[in-house]
This record gives sequence, C-alpha cells and structure tokens, in this order.
Amino acid sequence: MILTRKEQASLFAREGVGRIRAIWEPRGASAPLLSQKAVAGPVPWVIAIMTALTVIAAAGGLALGGIARTAEADLAGGVTVQIAGPAEAEADKQAKAAMAALGKLDGVSAVRRLSANEREDLLRPWIGEQALGTGEGEEDLLVLPELIELRLNGATGKAELDRVREALAKAAPDASVSADMEWLRPLKEAISALQWLAVALVGLLVTATAAAVLLASRSALSANRDTIEIMHLLGAHDMQVARLFQKAAAMSAAAGGAAGFAVAEATVFLLAGKFAALGPGSTAAGLRWFDWVALVLIPIAGVVLAAFTARITVLATLRRMP
Amino acid sequence: MSFDTPTLDLADNGFGKPTGPIVRFENVGLRYGAGREVLSDITFRLHPGRFYFLTGPSGAGKTTLLKLLYLAQRPSRGEIAMFGEDAVNLSRTRRPELRRRIGVVFQDFRLVPHLTVFDNVALPLRLAGVEEEELAGPVTDMIEWVGLTRALGQRPSTLSGGEQQRVAIARAVITRPELLVADEPTGNVDPQMAIRLLYLFSSMNKLGTTVVLATHDTSLMHRQPDAAVMRLERGRLDDPTGMIRNPPDRGRTP
Repeated sequence: MILTRKEQASLFAREGVGRIRAIWEPRGASAPLLSQKAVAGPVPWVIAIMTALTVIAAAGGLALGGIARTAEADLAGGVTVQIAGPAEAEADKQAKAAMAALGKLDGVSAVRRLSANEREDLLRPWIGEQALGTGEGEEDLLVLPELIELRLNGATGKAELDRVREALAKAAPDASVSADMEWLRPLKEAISALQWLAVALVGLLVTATAAAVLLASRSALSANRDTIEIMHLLGAHDMQVARLFQKAAAMSAAAGGAAGFAVAEATVFLLAGKFAALGPGSTAAGLRWFDWVALVLIPIAGVVLAAFTARITVLATLRRMP
Repeated sequence: MSFDTPTLDLADNGFGKPTGPIVRFENVGLRYGAGREVLSDITFRLHPGRFYFLTGPSGAGKTTLLKLLYLAQRPSRGEIAMFGEDAVNLSRTRRPELRRRIGVVFQDFRLVPHLTVFDNVALPLRLAGVEEEELAGPVTDMIEWVGLTRALGQRPSTLSGGEQQRVAIARAVITRPELLVADEPTGNVDPQMAIRLLYLFSSMNKLGTTVVLATHDTSLMHRQPDAAVMRLERGRLDDPTGMIRNPPDRGRTP
C-alpha cells in the first residue's frame, strides 16, 4: 500500500503518540482508579500561580535581607570623623592632630584622611562644580569639612564612639564622631518592614492556596463521588480511597508547583540582573545558597499541603458514609 | 406450595451438610430521619449455598433491604449478623473486610465510567491488594465467562445495557464472594439476556455462593425451582416469622 505524505505524517504522529503513551502508561500498570482529570481540576493552575507568587514574595524578602546584610558588613566597624566649622587652616591643623591621636588609639584597625579631591567628589553631585570653587568669586565662601575614615576592630557602639570622642577632645575640639551604621538605620528599618510584609504575603498566599486546594478537593470529591461510593461498597478502606486522592492531588500540585517555581525563578533571575546594576552586594538578588534551598522548599511544601488537604477532605466525607 | 422453614442456627445448604446461617436479620427496622419506617420487623436467615429471590411490588423496600445486606446502610433498630459478626456495631475499620465477602450487582450497574471493562472487573481485586501480575489471569477468565472478551479494553459507555450488566456481574463475582446480592439484574435486559444472566448467577450458586436476587420476574423464578423466595410488601416480609417460600405459582404476580 502506498501512503500519501499526509497519511504517512498522520501514521508517524499516531505511532509517536502511542510510543510516548506506552512509556507513560506501561503495559500491565493499574489504571488510575480515580479520574485524574476530575480529581485535578484547577489544582495545577492554582498551585502554579500561588507557587509563583509565594516564591517571588519570599525571594524578595530574602533578597532584602541579603542587601541589608551586605550593607551592614560593609559599614560594620566604620566610624567617620568630621571636622567642620573652623577656617581651612585650623581644620587642617585639627585633622592632623586627630590623625595622630587616632593612630595611637587601641582597637583601631585603619585610619585614613580623605584628600580634598575625594571630599569634592563626594559633594560635587549635590552642590555642583561652581560651588566647589573651580568657578570665579565663590571659592572663599565654601570650606569643605575635613573627613577621616576610621575602622574599628569590633562593634561601633556608644562606648566605642565615646572612646573616640575622648581621644579627639583635645586634639580636634571641632570634631564630630558618628558610626557609619547609624546612617544605615533608616534603611534597615525600611528593609525590616518590607521583610515583614513579605512574610505576611507568604502567609496569606499559603492560606489562600490551602483554601483553594480544599475547594478543589471538595469539587473533585463531588465529581468522583460515584466512584468513591463504589469503591467503598466493594470493600475499600477509607485510607485506601484517601491515599488515591492525596496521590492525585500531590501529582497535580507537583506539576503546578514545578511550573510556578520555574516562572518565579525566571522572574527572580531577571530582577537579580536589574538589581545587579545597583552595584556590588545586590548581585544574584542577594540570595545565599540556603535561601535558594528555602525557595525550592516552597513548591515541595505546596505538594505536601495539597496532599494533606485532599486527605483530610476525603476522610471527612468518607466518614459520613455508613 | 411447599415451605422452607429454616431453624435459627442450622439448615441444609443444598449439599446435605447442615451449616449455620451466614446472614441473620432480627426485628430489623429502618427509617430515614424522622419519617415512617421503610422496613419493619424484618427477620430472616440466609444459609450458605442457597439461592434466594427477593420479590415484591415497586416501593416495597427491596433495594433498601439489599442495601442493609451489602452494608450500604445501617438499620435504625434490630440486629444484623453477617458471617457470624455483628454487622450493626462492627467497627469502621473492620466493615471493609466484611464487604469484601459480599458481591453486589447494582440495579444501575454502577460501573466506573473512565475505567475499561478489564479495570472495572479488576477493581475489587485491586482494592483487596492483589498484585497486578496475579490479577490479569482471573480477570480475563471472568470476562470470558461472561462472554465479553472482545470488549476487554472498552469503556462501559460503549457497551449495551446487557453487556454492562454482565460486566457488573463479573465484577461482583471476581473475588468469589460468599454472598452475592443482585438488585433487579434483569430489569433492563431482554428475556433472552435475562435467562443468560440467571445462568451466570446459578453457576455461581453451584460453586457455593449464596445468591440473593431481587426481581419482579416470575418466569425467572420458575427457572430456578430450588430457590427460596422472600416477598416484601410495604416494608415487611410477607411472613412476619421470616419463613421463606419457594417460588410462587405462575399465576401470582410478585
């Protein structure tokens, strides 16, 4: 028999589908007792969406924590000494004396005085080129404060700052001392608030997922009610029926969870790329390896949640049967 | 008309060997909610290896009585003993074991629509934990016994009413139950098919299974002359003592 190209293509497609089905449904394997379509219903979609949202929310919270940690590590032990107020010569004199005093202070790992150029670079974005004295007429009006960067070995608490102030009291009476961490406090508070928001979002999403799976389980139970009743009357134990449901729910949730996780991961990587442009410390969205493990656990938790919800729903319904 | 009046504990099982009843109903009553009793004062015994017809007009309570027999319903009062166990107060975990000793042919077949004929018949074995490699042979043989080998891989919706009924019978007897309960199994089939189905039940009975078959069909009852007949009327057995009659005269409509 000679087949046309169209017939050959059709036959090839049918054979291909048959081969795939043979792998997927091996000969002799038991047919699913419950209609998978009826059991699954919208569960995979619900789980996919919920997983994606939960992973993104959790990744956001974890990344914020990472950014805060990086900034904290950069600024830990950092103290800035500023000498502002006196005329330029007096400020220079006090700065030199302060450098000498700080050099003798215990617990100081590094001390560095910022050059005039560095100080100008810091101010240039804010006050402009002209005000920095490169223009005509205004150069005498602006005296840049002297800045000294100090790195302490330990924490920069009140006691340490008082020790620095005491050391500078005579050498540089116009010096003011501040810990770099203090600048970070408002940012840390904002990040902390956002992290709590992320936790609340994850909590809400988990609750919504549980509710959606519960409704889907009830609907699936209703769709398979006849089959369940038959199984019940043919001598199925409640746990046997519940296991079938929880397996079906777990498989649906696994499929949905995998899809949702893939979407969320792609989103997180995309955002990580954007955040990387902000500078070091914000790359890879600030996530550590165990943060990724925590994110992977979300779809797994979704599967467990779906299976558990299906189980308790089915057992509760079966208990109403004689 | 002759009467079969079994004693409380002993009766002839048809093979000349006295055996105790496998089912005992004692003053059983059933009502739904606060309504009137749909079954009242039901007392009878079923003995191993016997063939029983349950007859009576529509609405007499035949299906409800069968539901009590296959443990789909609990009575409101009275005692039911199945295979020597108190079926009323039996724990939930032990009821499935009892159900597995009973084969049921439902009036509306109740086949699982998304399963093939093979999988429908294999269902009780799978529920009983039989391994896949062990169930293929018995299931195929059973399907062959009911004459549906060609329909092995088909779904119930592609079969005729008589064929579906035969699948339901195959499913009911695949575990070789001690008690086989059939609710109007010939109600939806032509007379010729009804006789074939009766032959299947009779074959099972000859293998030692106690058969309870609910039917309106008098001619069918006459084809099984050894069978005893229970007649229900308005939720009560015709004979309040639970005596079981042999098939009624041809002229009488059950």
